[in-house]
Amino acid sequence: MEPVRPGHLMRIVVLTKPVPDPAAAAERLGPDGRLDRAAAPAVINGNDEYVLEAALKLADTQGADVTLLSMAPPNAVETMRKGLAMGAHRGVLVSDPALAGSDSWSTVLVLEAALRQLEYDLVFAGFDTSDGVAGVVGAALATRLKLPYLSSAAKIEPDSGTGTVRVRRISPTGFDVLEAPMPALIVGTQLLGEPRYPSLKGIMAARSKEVVTKSLADLGLDAVTIGGGAARTRVTGQEQPPARGATQVVRGTAEEGAQAIVALLSSRRLI
Amino acid sequence: MTGSVASTGSIWVVAETNADGSLAKSSTEVATLARTLAEAAGLEAAGLVVAADPGAAAEELAGYLPRVISVAEPAAAENAWAQVAAQRAVPILTSEPPAAVLTGAGPDGRDVAGTLAALLERPLLVNATAVAWDAGPSVEMSVFGGKLVTTSAFTDGEWGIVTVRPNVVTAEKAASPGKVESAEPAGQLELPLVKIVERTEEAAATLPIEEARIIVAGGRGVGGEEGFKLVQDIAAALGGAVGATRAAVDSGWIPYAQQIGQTGKIVKPQLYLALGISGAIQHKVGMQTAGTIVGINRDPDAPIAEFADLVVVGDLFDVGKALLEELESRG
Repeated sequence: MEPVRPGHLMRIVVLTKPVPDPAAAAERLGPDGRLDRAAAPAVINGNDEYVLEAALKLADTQGADVTLLSMAPPNAVETMRKGLAMGAHRGVLVSDPALAGSDSWSTVLVLEAALRQLEYDLVFAGFDTSDGVAGVVGAALATRLKLPYLSSAAKIEPDSGTGTVRVRRISPTGFDVLEAPMPALIVGTQLLGEPRYPSLKGIMAARSKEVVTKSLADLGLDAVTIGGGAARTRVTGQEQPPARGATQVVRGTAEEGAQAIVALLSSRRLI
Repeated sequence: MTGSVASTGSIWVVAETNADGSLAKSSTEVATLARTLAEAAGLEAAGLVVAADPGAAAEELAGYLPRVISVAEPAAAENAWAQVAAQRAVPILTSEPPAAVLTGAGPDGRDVAGTLAALLERPLLVNATAVAWDAGPSVEMSVFGGKLVTTSAFTDGEWGIVTVRPNVVTAEKAASPGKVESAEPAGQLELPLVKIVERTEEAAATLPIEEARIIVAGGRGVGGEEGFKLVQDIAAALGGAVGATRAAVDSGWIPYAQQIGQTGKIVKPQLYLALGISGAIQHKVGMQTAGTIVGINRDPDAPIAEFADLVVVGDLFDVGKALLEELESRG
């Protein structure tokens, strides 16, 4: 990995995970404890769209080349088109039948191998994913790749002149400003700003953008050590969460409503 | 889990500290969990604090665990914490193979867990809502926005790292405090350091929502900053914290720190009072495990009516003001 070259276009890889659409409310695991990807339509993980937006803003303001990187079944190409329609320049999809049922360890190894084949100044990842809600892959990847790791980003400011990047990191009591040399891996949050909608022109352009699909073999990895067969965690059970009790609905005057609330809180010793 | 090798070694907690050097609340919970699991499994529980000045937090952690190792690492003062801490933790955690390593599932906890997983080449189970012990951690997780509860384990013969959600364990000190040992930071820090060039503390307007017993939250229906005044007044009358939906945060009515839901915080208060909140899935995932859920909403068909204990149908300002009067009249 070459350090940032002043005067050259910044290269950003955005990790995007196709996830079952949370709004469709049809996500489920198959009997084998693996995600049933046929059950719900896939969308780009919501938190990944914020970092994609941050990358596209950098492309708008100072110029940047934006590559999407996903590990998903082959039909994820269609999900990635939305990111391309938003303005990303190309996609790389790692897809292999052996990856079904991968745990987060395999995900780290696969994304690591894929990143080793790409050139970049910055890697962006979302805060977590709506299906698995792991939020640990970014830190593990940065560590494997020996990249500076800047997380919980509310603002990302690369300076190609000095070859460094500054990140405003949300802390429990305010925020810290972090600085590190590029290349670096950054995990971003919603505070990066609302993702744009693809324009009609963007949607048209996305059709001809390139999505390269790579198999485990293309990455020099094998299914003995990686993927569902090599998973180091297993789902031992699944159940519906316990149903909450029936809902009491009160219609009437504001006073009656307020009294109903006070009565409930009082009976449960909350006041 | 018959047939698996009985685990040995300790259940470790990698603790986090607050800006003032005290122990993070989430670490008191994780430590309580580690001790409980170790007692049930006949294992040792131990904790680790890595900080520039770890003394106070290590003493506090020893209130929960029989054994605490404290590592004073000056680099933790001016650099991002997680990668520094993980590197210092590695030699201690590998001096004997652990039975499991537990961290919090907040931003620092997940960063340290991810880094440790990479350095130790261990698997991870994340965002535990409950952990039992069955030859290894048996980890309950809430997935798909709370639509499903799964239980997972490391495969036989593996040990791994588990991140534990805040507020799923009640912190409880041990009958007698444990011992603190100091360990010197050994060797170079090989991962690139990330410098902290500026720290800004924002005045905490209210109690942090993750720690609040009662949360009064407002959504789009609150209409503006002025409307949030009523939310704040009710929260104050109940001794609670103020929460919000993403729509309210995006509108700039209230800071992001107060946001509850998929892209905000996940909370589990005893009471969640929702004003002008429809209860869409993205918000529901952040609060659905609250003890008691009460909604005040104009729309009787809003999704919140499917999972609240009580929904008052009406104008949130009228009902809210009446509620405030009721609460104030109770003194």
